[in-house]
Amino acid sequence: MPAVTETIDTVAAVTSGTYKYGFETEIEMEFAPKGLNEDIVRFISAKKNEPDWLLAWRLKAFAMWKTMEEPHWPAVSYPQIDYQDAYYYAAPVKKQGPRSLDEVDPELLRTYEKLGIPLKEQAILAGVEGAGESPAEGRMPIAVDAVFDSVSVATSYKERLGKEGIIFCSISEAVQEHPELVRQYLGSVVPQGDNFFAALNSAVFTDGSFVYIPKGVRCPMELSTYFRINAKSTGQFERTLIIADEGATVSYLEGCTAPMRDENQLHAAVVELVALDDASIKYSTVQNWYPGDENGVGGIYNFVTKRGACRGKRSKISWTQVETGSSITWKYPSCILQGDDSVGEFYSVAITNNRQQADTGTKMIHIGRNTRSTIVSKGISAGKGQNTYRGLVKILPKASGARNFTQCDSLLIGDQCGAHTVPYIENRCISAKVEHEATTSRIAEDQLFYCRQRGLSEEDAVGLIVNGFCREVLKELPMEFAVEAQKLLQISLEGSVG
Amino acid sequence: MLKIEGLRAEIEGKEILKGIDLEVPTGEIHAIMGPNGSGKSTLSYVLSGREGYEITGGSATFNGQDLLAMEPEERAATGLFLAFQYPVELPGVGNANFLRTALNAQRRAKGESELDAMQFLKLARERMRALSMPEDMLKRGVNVGFSGGEKKRNEVLQMALLKPSLAILDETDSGLDIDALKIVADGVNAMRGPDFSSLVITHYQRLLDYIVPDRVHVLMQGRIVQSGGPELAKQLEASGYASVEAA
Repeated sequence: MPAVTETIDTVAAVTSGTYKYGFETEIEMEFAPKGLNEDIVRFISAKKNEPDWLLAWRLKAFAMWKTMEEPHWPAVSYPQIDYQDAYYYAAPVKKQGPRSLDEVDPELLRTYEKLGIPLKEQAILAGVEGAGESPAEGRMPIAVDAVFDSVSVATSYKERLGKEGIIFCSISEAVQEHPELVRQYLGSVVPQGDNFFAALNSAVFTDGSFVYIPKGVRCPMELSTYFRINAKSTGQFERTLIIADEGATVSYLEGCTAPMRDENQLHAAVVELVALDDASIKYSTVQNWYPGDENGVGGIYNFVTKRGACRGKRSKISWTQVETGSSITWKYPSCILQGDDSVGEFYSVAITNNRQQADTGTKMIHIGRNTRSTIVSKGISAGKGQNTYRGLVKILPKASGARNFTQCDSLLIGDQCGAHTVPYIENRCISAKVEHEATTSRIAEDQLFYCRQRGLSEEDAVGLIVNGFCREVLKELPMEFAVEAQKLLQISLEGSVG
Repeated sequence: MLKIEGLRAEIEGKEILKGIDLEVPTGEIHAIMGPNGSGKSTLSYVLSGREGYEITGGSATFNGQDLLAMEPEERAATGLFLAFQYPVELPGVGNANFLRTALNAQRRAKGESELDAMQFLKLARERMRALSMPEDMLKRGVNVGFSGGEKKRNEVLQMALLKPSLAILDETDSGLDIDALKIVADGVNAMRGPDFSSLVITHYQRLLDYIVPDRVHVLMQGRIVQSGGPELAKQLEASGYASVEAA
């Protein structure tokens, strides 16, 4: 995960306006005209050479979206978004597949360089023929599907995964190569009309990742996507679909960086996970998009719908997220626990500093018998940040023996921030057991002094204490992510004390 | 050498230290005794740089450096260590991680190379054996769920690892049984040497049976009112602070 490592080492200085990823890559772009209407939806679908059923699916979503209103219940505020004042399609202009790095657009390579991606992976990402046959030496093999703006530039390790029957590609490619799978599962977890942003995404999504793990296969490596938002004023509408067939296991990593912007950028992704009998999906996110400057100018609006369906018996879906970026985060990775004995988990760290706002949490819907869910949420507010945990635990009448444990802890740094906990519990089953614990604390002066007396700077002390506070969540992350997440937490809080 | 001259400090407008004069030459251990509320803890916090105290006069230098002008972590880097009366809990922060972070922060400040995890563990285990501390204390959260005695032993372990040149022990003996007291005293005595000085703050004479001080000072109502050899502690134990007050 070198890209993310580098990211964290340098994201720093966000407050002083030197966000490292505040660069723009000048590559020939192909735009759809500004604005959103049925023609744009048709344009996108045509550009991507999609089958008729998918166009019809998009148009239905668009028709629904037109009748819907933006949700107003989250505890966040932002200026009215003009959906007609944005581009909905931007793709790097396609060239023939390069045979070596020399043939790759140097601007693109420079972007990778700034992201800290080593040469070997650059070659893979840029789609150099023959690159990526073997993983770089001494490193954990990680398969990367880079989403460069809207189109997946390249997909690596595909062949190796292919030997196991694993499909890991862009969703556009999946539409062409595996239409039956896409058609069966797309929208089956998050239907087009689920919510305003999901409907918008369904109408105009341009790319994203697709994963299928066949029966009984344990995916031999972590699958990973780097998201980058590049073209100015291009909303990103990623669509990710992950299917773990019976007895399959997969761990998926999502990490993000974005260039600096003066105007806010909308990001409305949809992620759907499907776990069949005895399947297990672990989905980890480290999100460090540009959060805006200390006055809240710029930054990403991250309005995301993530949901997993534990369809099969004994299936398991685990969400782990570390949310440090974006000016506004609106995100509730959820689990529908349909199969008997299925398990849902949600581990979250959300940091808001300066004027960031986060309204995040989860929904655990218990349908099957003996379903279990665990929610551990750690919210950290600093500066003038506002942090809300919003969660729903819903237990349906037939979910006998269902259990939920929820723990929501908030940590306040300074006296101008806010933490809010909004848990909803709907239990309609007498044999179910639901536990909820919540705490709110401050970093105590004596803790800081204790650390400083031992020689730690004030910022290191805050970092250490915050990492301790988040430990239960960080230990759920895959190892290479965990180290980065620790540094990221500290960097995100720079300038929050003293 | 620690040199304090005319040191005055107040908290929330109330004067606690009313002109302290004290010298602790390098290589010596001095005890400060006094009744509750005499300013003992305030003195240790003011010297180590805790927020909330206003210095209204005087000076404090350590080996010629102006302590009062430094941040707490800078004072730590010059070799000042405070063993807390009430060691603070840091939930979720592993003791080993904390100790190594602190040790490396100080090594960095001194321009020394940092210890990696293996080097640190070796050193920590060695010191822990000397203090009869179970190894699992490294794995637990800093002071979380520690008994009173374990917390104090953890302070002594930190001291043994950080190797300060000036250790201030703020009522480290409070709440300790006799075995724990001996372990703490052994830890301090092991540090004794020509480059180590210490200020042992205590309410009772008991600790001074095990850490024999070069000098004893009596602090009352914000001033040093009497100084003497180790025998002064015994006198106080016999006749109480009231006798000093009357004198």
